Amino acid sequence: MWDLLIEPFAEFGFMRRALIGCIAVSVGATPVGVFLMLRRMSLTGDAMAHAILPGAAIGFLISGLSLGAMTIGGMVAGMAVALLSGFVTRVTALREDASLAAFYLISLALGVLIVSTRGSNVDLMHVLFGTVLALDDAALILLTSISSLSLFTLALFFRPLVLECADPQFLRSVSGLSAITHFTFLSLVVMNLVGGFHALGTLMAVGIMIVPAAAARFWVTSIGGLVAVAITIAILSSASGLLLSYHYSLPSGPAIILAAGLAYIASLMIGPVGSMATQYRGQVPSQS
Amino acid sequence: MLDRRTLLKSSAAIGAVALAGPALAASHGPLKVVATFSILGDMVQRVGGKHISLTTLVGPNGDAHVYQPVPADAKAVSQAQLLVVNGLAFEGWLDRLVEASGFKGARVVATDGIKPLPTEEHHDDDDDHKKEAEHKDHDDHKDHDDHKDKHKDHDEHKEEAGHDDHHGHHHGEFDPHAWQSLAHAATYVDNITAALSKADPANASSYYQNRAAYVAEIQAMDAKLRKLVDALPKDSRTVVTPHDAFGYLAVSYGLKFVAPQGISTESEVSAADVAKLIRQIREEKIKAVFIENIADDRLIKQISNETGATIGGALYSDALSEPSGPAGTYLDMMNHNVTTLTKALSS
Repeated sequence: MWDLLIEPFAEFGFMRRALIGCIAVSVGATPVGVFLMLRRMSLTGDAMAHAILPGAAIGFLISGLSLGAMTIGGMVAGMAVALLSGFVTRVTALREDASLAAFYLISLALGVLIVSTRGSNVDLMHVLFGTVLALDDAALILLTSISSLSLFTLALFFRPLVLECADPQFLRSVSGLSAITHFTFLSLVVMNLVGGFHALGTLMAVGIMIVPAAAARFWVTSIGGLVAVAITIAILSSASGLLLSYHYSLPSGPAIILAAGLAYIASLMIGPVGSMATQYRGQVPSQS
Repeated sequence: MLDRRTLLKSSAAIGAVALAGPALAASHGPLKVVATFSILGDMVQRVGGKHISLTTLVGPNGDAHVYQPVPADAKAVSQAQLLVVNGLAFEGWLDRLVEASGFKGARVVATDGIKPLPTEEHHDDDDDHKKEAEHKDHDDHKDHDDHKDKHKDHDEHKEEAGHDDHHGHHHGEFDPHAWQSLAHAATYVDNITAALSKADPANASSYYQNRAAYVAEIQAMDAKLRKLVDALPKDSRTVVTPHDAFGYLAVSYGLKFVAPQGISTESEVSAADVAKLIRQIREEKIKAVFIENIADDRLIKQISNETGATIGGALYSDALSEPSGPAGTYLDMMNHNVTTLTKALSS
């Protein structure tokens, strides 16, 4: 048991770093994922992940493999897409999903263009899709800072966010906080994705944000409960993904997300809230 | 992620078809030659001299494993009279590019006649045996006269490499980095010379003259580097690099290379690979790890942190540096690599 679960982390510093990085991402990104899910914006995470690509690419081209430049670039690009699409939604007739889709696709195309023009210089895609096994001190500090800031901001905006999820019209009518809440939330999404892509790569960062949240949905109903269960699932998936990668030589990023995916599938089958098991029981009314 | 990359490549190929336009094969002026990457380009230029006009697709510090062709490449290929490729499934993107460009010239595979190393091989045990075999190969190739036979002999092998390409993987059956052996480089030069002379018989004598001078330089460099490596103590000959690009160098000089990433830069590392490497560094007390010009160095830096092995410098594996850099030509690159290695390993 020791050999199986503890020994890899005890023997190797890179495994400990990977685990700490994953825990930081889980604690920071997963609650944001819960709110994305509650606001029916789960796919927005994916859109945003693409939107940050050109910023990170420009950051890389300007100053090489610098954590700072790539982070700032990604944040700027992501925020620009979020703000522009929000702005378009508020001043034109276009709905938010359509304007977001338009802007993220423009951004993605720009990113691919930049990557391709200079793409032959080291494989940029590889650089942009970080690997969790190579987290250095700077990357860990960045990840933990982002996750702390994200938790703090969520705590501060918890009530308006919950209201915005439940009844956005009501929030808009009683308080001027609606727009601020919305943009703060989007910037949290961008921030966590930028942090996550250093650790896991863009696609995998979205995975750790959304999949545990979706799995948690089958276990509890309260928002606090959802956040707690989602974080727990994310951390357990990270640890088991890393161990799978260690014992069975699988690439780590996909292994972590697939572990979360297994948790999701198990939850949707046997979870106590709205899962397949409860739906089935619901169709056959109990006799007692 | 892989899907996206494949998608990008195919879209680039479609773009290439659209923009390449009709092939305009010029029959006068210097021979138009396209080489796929910088190392090959340098060799072709040395042999071709002023009689050719050379285009190199993947430039200095570029990674030819995962290159995405642009329409300009298709244009260059469509106008070329001779296309020089490494073969052994190194340029996985090439077949599509050639097809898209409507290339009508001759194609020469520079590794023709080289006995390739299988990729599974970790060249641990029978180094000496292989060293011998390679010497023999080398001697065979000093004569360029028997080239035509060689071509025939190795057609079979060429087909195998082509077959690998179609799978869209870069993990061919064989290690494509054959230029890392100076002995094989002589074969490259012979293949290039034969192809240039065939495409442009008028200047054949000039090509053979250039070849003779170049091969002499290659052999001198080989002798010099072999001496450097032979001076190393037997127990400090293990080298850690990001990706497995130095198999041929290892076999030629009796070095041992280990890497977390496989033969291609495209594969993803697993925690198991990294753990194995770290254990090996600790057990064998390996002193130095190296970074490469084309590979992501974060992982190697992390491994260096964890094991206390120093970073011995940057090696040039699959591409030359800028002309002003330490590895501007093929021979400079080999010199730089082996000098850097021996310096770090003997300190």
